[in-house]
Amino acid sequence: MGNTQTIKLQDTAVEATQRLTGKEAIIKCLLAEGVDTLYGYPGGAIMPVYDELYKYQDKLHHVLTRHEQGATHAAQGYARVSGKVGVAIATSGPGATNLITGIADAQIDSTPMVCITGQVASHLLGSDAFQETDIIGISTPVTKWNYQITKASEIPEVLAKAFYIAKSGRPGPVLIDITKDAQFEEFDFAYKKCKAVRSYKPVPKLNPDSVKAAADLINNAKKPMIVWGQGVILGKAEEEFKAVVEKSGVPAAWTILGVSAIPTDHPLNVGMVGMHGNYGPNVLTNECDVLIAIGMRFDDRVTGNLETYAKQAKVIHFEIDPAEVNKNVEADIAVLGNSKETLAALLPLLEEKQHTDWHNRFKELYQIEYDKIIKNDITPEKEGLTMGEVLEGINKVSKGDAVIVSDVGQHQMIACRYAKFNKSKSNVTSGGLGTMGFALPAAIGAKMGAPNRPVVAIIGDGGYQMTIQELGTIFQTKVPVKIVVLNNDFLGMVRQWQQLFFDRRYASTELINPDFVAIAKGYFIEAKSVSKREDLAGAISEMLAAEGPYFLEVKVEKEDNVFPMIPTGASVSDIRLE
Amino acid sequence: MSETKTYTVSIYTENNVGLLNRISAIFQRRKINIESLNTSISEIEGVSKFTIVINLTEDRVKKVIGQLEKQVEVIKAYYHTDEETIFLETCLFKIKSDLLFEERQIQNIIKESSARIVTVNKEFFVLEKAGRRSEIDLLYRELSAFGIMQFTRSGRISVSKEEMKISSMLAEFAE
Repeated sequence: MGNTQTIKLQDTAVEATQRLTGKEAIIKCLLAEGVDTLYGYPGGAIMPVYDELYKYQDKLHHVLTRHEQGATHAAQGYARVSGKVGVAIATSGPGATNLITGIADAQIDSTPMVCITGQVASHLLGSDAFQETDIIGISTPVTKWNYQITKASEIPEVLAKAFYIAKSGRPGPVLIDITKDAQFEEFDFAYKKCKAVRSYKPVPKLNPDSVKAAADLINNAKKPMIVWGQGVILGKAEEEFKAVVEKSGVPAAWTILGVSAIPTDHPLNVGMVGMHGNYGPNVLTNECDVLIAIGMRFDDRVTGNLETYAKQAKVIHFEIDPAEVNKNVEADIAVLGNSKETLAALLPLLEEKQHTDWHNRFKELYQIEYDKIIKNDITPEKEGLTMGEVLEGINKVSKGDAVIVSDVGQHQMIACRYAKFNKSKSNVTSGGLGTMGFALPAAIGAKMGAPNRPVVAIIGDGGYQMTIQELGTIFQTKVPVKIVVLNNDFLGMVRQWQQLFFDRRYASTELINPDFVAIAKGYFIEAKSVSKREDLAGAISEMLAAEGPYFLEVKVEKEDNVFPMIPTGASVSDIRLE
Repeated sequence: MSETKTYTVSIYTENNVGLLNRISAIFQRRKINIESLNTSISEIEGVSKFTIVINLTEDRVKKVIGQLEKQVEVIKAYYHTDEETIFLETCLFKIKSDLLFEERQIQNIIKESSARIVTVNKEFFVLEKAGRRSEIDLLYRELSAFGIMQFTRSGRISVSKEEMKISSMLAEFAE
């Protein structure tokens, strides 16, 4: 394509202008977008902006993480609990490339995030200058949008567009790369919020016919089932969703990003679908006559083998992103639009139903799962501690009011299975990308995004050590996050697969771990380790009662497995209980 | 599985740096080979058009179109079979001028292929031919016998038989 960098003017109305440098303009833009907290790490090419951050300390809280990856996960945690755009900032070269894991995570989990990176001066672009990297090229496949600014005059419009794109429609990460000379350059600054971008249609137009067709199918169904995802939360449609579920009487199951949209204890909430989800909703996916997918994308961890997934059912897909419809599962009816709008349109067309017999099927299967698995997970009689009883212990004290931030692996599946939630936006986890090391920095952002709620990070001993340096951020900011490491001295999920599918050949999964309590104490964080059942409840209470940050290591059974389990390539109805 | 076929993907976009990268990445990620790619201005001022030829099943083409349209700076993407479009490629041959006078057969080939001589000088002449791939391939084979100094062929360019309502679409975006 040509060399022209065309920025389309969204609105020609110009507000009062003032003469500013690019670096100061960046701060003004962030403030205009309502940003109060950002996460980052300084370096050469972004130093001018940091110089401005120094001047604006009273208005913008910059959190110095210990690694740029931590900055992105913290921004994600902040965004996920607050519903606002998370902001991360880094320098050029390695600073920018270190953001990539968090950006990819935000892309696949639809998290609104704006990343700002410094770049070498524009006359040095392409010269292999010190700390120069093509971050636009590198970040393209994992961003919703990205753009390189080489002139200060581009700053207001591009940043306004960045925030608009990040949070509108199906949210996602945006990266803006700003050359150092553009940060110094003076120009006439005026800010105008972005309200539309030509060529970008964030929310498809609602088609009333599709809503009507969906309602007819639901009203005539004998065994309907809902599977909802994060789209309910991102669409701020919790109320509408609850009303739809209650009026239609349809059993509703969730994906791990959808959980907490309605309370765990809601009588129509039948649990989790997917690889380590609940027995009932997985098995009955292949028995229902109408499958109503709401704001979820039929990830392979949810569907198992697609060839045998819900083949008997008519599928209704409520979705904001047209590219998701028919991507993995053919929809008989697609209802495009924002979930808040589509569910509100659906509600009046629904007939009131109970589906009592059908609900009893879920209850029967739950009882089987309870007797075989859940009972032993949350109230074990064996000597070793289980991950499930730790979650159950946290539930007892938090009463479901805590934000639970989990990492990736066995502890994550246990946390999602057993954590109780009363409020929406309470489960923060790396779902799509499966990023180990996510939880500790994400918990920092989550606590800052929801300062009045307890935030508990549940992390495995493997993932914890991938971003353990963020204990420094916790110490420095005194952010009162509660950190629970469920330590089995193994990369537990990989070990479980090795046990089940690789004849117990435990290749590189056993960890010789350090003294985690000593490390936490090295950062002056209150810390305790528990290995006996009689000490567990007291330690959890002490942790949740502590005013500041707290680290709790729980030494759990080394070789426990997470069940139920749908082995890769198997059908959801072939879910294994042992 | 349905059969693979040749499809022409037409993408109307904003004219921004980096968009080529973003678009090609969608094909690359799914390991889809791009048979030919052309970018140009379109019938609308400020709107670019990508013309991409791929060999794929229709099911997969549809998914690729969905991913393309999802990009912020993509206005609209279409896919068409060969029957649904008018398309051609163009090519240039650079050949020694001596041959034009020494080999009578070359003059006949040029005439029959309705190729056009763009320029002639003492050392070489340049022949331009627009048409279907098969016509260009035939001309290439015929001229190869005499020796080709340089050859280049463009990507496919095409217009669809059906209307592409880009202008009204742009008006809708502005709503």
